[in-house]
Amino acid sequence: MISLNELWFILVAVLFVGFFFLEGFDFGVGMSTKFLARTDGERRVLINSIGPFWDANEVWLITAGGAMFAAFPNWYATLFSGYYTPLVFLLLALIGRGVAFEFRGKVKNEVWKKTWDWVIFIGSILPPLLLGVVFAGLLKGLPIDAKMEMNAGLFDMINGYTLVGGITVVVLCLVHGLMFTTLRTVGDLQVRARKLARVMMVPLAILLAVFGMMTYFMTDVFEVRGTILTVLAVIGLIAFLLAGFFMARKRDGWAFGMTGAVIILAIGSAFVGLFPRVMISSIDQAFNLTIHNAASGAYSLKVMSIVALALLPFVLGYQIWSYFVFHKRLHEKEHLEY
Amino acid sequence: MDPVLLSRIQFASTTIFHFIFVPLSIGLALIIAIMQTMYLVKGKEEYKKMAKFWGKLFLINFAVGVVTGILQEFQFGMNWSDYSRFVGDVFGAPLAIEALLAFFLESTFIGLWIFGWDRLNKRVHLLCIWLVAFGTAMSAFWILLANSFMQHPVGFSITNGRAEMNDFWALVTNGQLLVEFPHTVLGAFATGAFLITGISAYKLLKRQDVQFFKKSFQIAIIVSLVSSIGTALWGHQQAQYLVHTQPMKMAASEGLWGKSGDPAAWTVFATIDPAKQENGYEFQIPYLLSFLSYSKFSGEVKGMLELQAEYENTYGPGNYIPPVRTTFWSFRIMVAAGSLMILLGLYGVYLMARKKMDQPNTWYWRLMLWSIALPFIGNTAGWVMTEFGRQPWTVFGLMRTEDSISPSVSAGQILFSVIAFSLIYLILAIVMAFLFIRVIKKGPYDTGVKERHSQDPFDKEESVHDLT
Repeated sequence: MISLNELWFILVAVLFVGFFFLEGFDFGVGMSTKFLARTDGERRVLINSIGPFWDANEVWLITAGGAMFAAFPNWYATLFSGYYTPLVFLLLALIGRGVAFEFRGKVKNEVWKKTWDWVIFIGSILPPLLLGVVFAGLLKGLPIDAKMEMNAGLFDMINGYTLVGGITVVVLCLVHGLMFTTLRTVGDLQVRARKLARVMMVPLAILLAVFGMMTYFMTDVFEVRGTILTVLAVIGLIAFLLAGFFMARKRDGWAFGMTGAVIILAIGSAFVGLFPRVMISSIDQAFNLTIHNAASGAYSLKVMSIVALALLPFVLGYQIWSYFVFHKRLHEKEHLEY
Repeated sequence: MDPVLLSRIQFASTTIFHFIFVPLSIGLALIIAIMQTMYLVKGKEEYKKMAKFWGKLFLINFAVGVVTGILQEFQFGMNWSDYSRFVGDVFGAPLAIEALLAFFLESTFIGLWIFGWDRLNKRVHLLCIWLVAFGTAMSAFWILLANSFMQHPVGFSITNGRAEMNDFWALVTNGQLLVEFPHTVLGAFATGAFLITGISAYKLLKRQDVQFFKKSFQIAIIVSLVSSIGTALWGHQQAQYLVHTQPMKMAASEGLWGKSGDPAAWTVFATIDPAKQENGYEFQIPYLLSFLSYSKFSGEVKGMLELQAEYENTYGPGNYIPPVRTTFWSFRIMVAAGSLMILLGLYGVYLMARKKMDQPNTWYWRLMLWSIALPFIGNTAGWVMTEFGRQPWTVFGLMRTEDSISPSVSAGQILFSVIAFSLIYLILAIVMAFLFIRVIKKGPYDTGVKERHSQDPFDKEESVHDLT
């Protein structure tokens, strides 16, 4: 039987993985509005394709944060205060992006639209970049002292390793988003999205390989969880190759599934590498935050488990239903809300 | 600058800003759900138009509420990490439940509602907006549960130097929550209702789309009146609860230094001198404070000096008196705003009942337009009183504000974020006001009509699509 601390570590991991899988594609679609769409009509199709979903997708991040707060208050406190300034930028980006979707179509004026287009573009690139940097930092270790305070300088947070991590997540989201576009659009736009996704598979392959190698040499996660991480990496490689295979055969649904699988495996692997630690101290192993010293008490975890396990089936149920309702492909000529 | 002060400035300003949009979303969602229900029951297109028109304002507002809400959740960890470590065990749970139970519900069904007009069966589509309304109110419940713990901590024990939950049910049935939740949510209903009555009044003044705005006004004025009265009633309940759980806040909101005497008189206004710890001029109504505190015309209320001595005994040396003037005046501003809302609501319902809405009521329509601001003033003043009045505590009796901040975050970092968030919020406010005015000026019958008759071939297809 797994302990409640382990269960909550898994739940937090699932929420983050779910967030990157779901919001991953709407980040990708958001980025692609700047270079994939050639006309305003195409841009609107792209924005409308994620219109009903992006908000609920973002709630996965909010829920992940809430679950972290509830189950591992020390993790939440150390991480969020330690990464203060990057999170300020993350929030600014998410705030701008969220209102941009709603505001963009409200006024028919070129300057107005162009401005919000930029907000959508930057707001879709910056969050995956910053979150990638943060997750890479978690793997590499951060200057956390005996009082669980993280006093990180700029280069503790942003360095070669974390930057490669951040860029990898951005490109991963982009390819995933392009495949989402192939599923929700028709005609020329769909063809171009598929083409660009195939092109982007090359830099993505390089980034994933480089980040994997760097992780092997610069972190201790392979020493700690070598076997399982190797297995996950092999499955990831297979999923990646299958994604390329399905793209070439225009089996878009399957290809989208496979790019999603790569995201799930990549983010999942980060959590596997951390376990049972939640934050690694670069000062002294003894200062690591773990699922035990960072956690809430047994009573709180029990209550939360009951609530979460009772609610999650409903949440998943209606979210899946909403994707079913809006499964139809979008066309410029029909009525678009945004 | 002092990181405690900066953190407080940031929390106060971002929260006050966030709480402009939250009550509006809660109130508008309810009224739109009512309108759409009437559409289904009566089958008149007019009600559908209403749900759609007010829905436009609701959606603009909702988007801002959502994005400013993300910041709310993040900043406990970012700016108040020692607080988060201390109370996370208790405080994190309602936040996580809020996300699971309310945020997912709202965000998914709002998407279904916006994009589902033509794709969903009418009943299912109506259910969507009701679920959004339910979600917004649920969200209020869980966050107020967390806030109630800060006002009146229950269901916990201090273990390993932090508060650990030991009774979840006690948190859910916290007496503070049972008065704070209805008070706040009814205030939110009134906020949405006053926006609709205010805009409708403006349109009636201009004689534009009279039928439409008369109907809207009638629906909203009833909500305004009922919820304003409800807010006041539960406000009274809350004051009585306060006397027992946070007597210092009560005394500060009354500017009461010494004992009140029995029966206690209510001070309408006073010149307060916090340095000398006394009031200059006071204007009082006899018996009223006894009534506010105990619902009877006798009974003494403790003063701040007496409580200060008591608290020094219990909690050790320190200043336990909150900023008196702020607490005193915010309470009065809230009560004044609430009372005006009830009066305006009564007169509106009177006009409606006597079928006098078509007669020229210029002054009343003007007044109602400006009264859009009243609930916002009341909401903000109420929160200022609640949160200032609890100082010097973040969690009453357990943790002080100065001990709650993040030790690893520098004043410079916070100053930067205060400026950054203020700027982006200012831009949001301006853009939102601009969009609101645009939607209101266009009115319910303008949008989409012109394009339908244009020469653009796409639009012909659009109208064909709409028919199918």
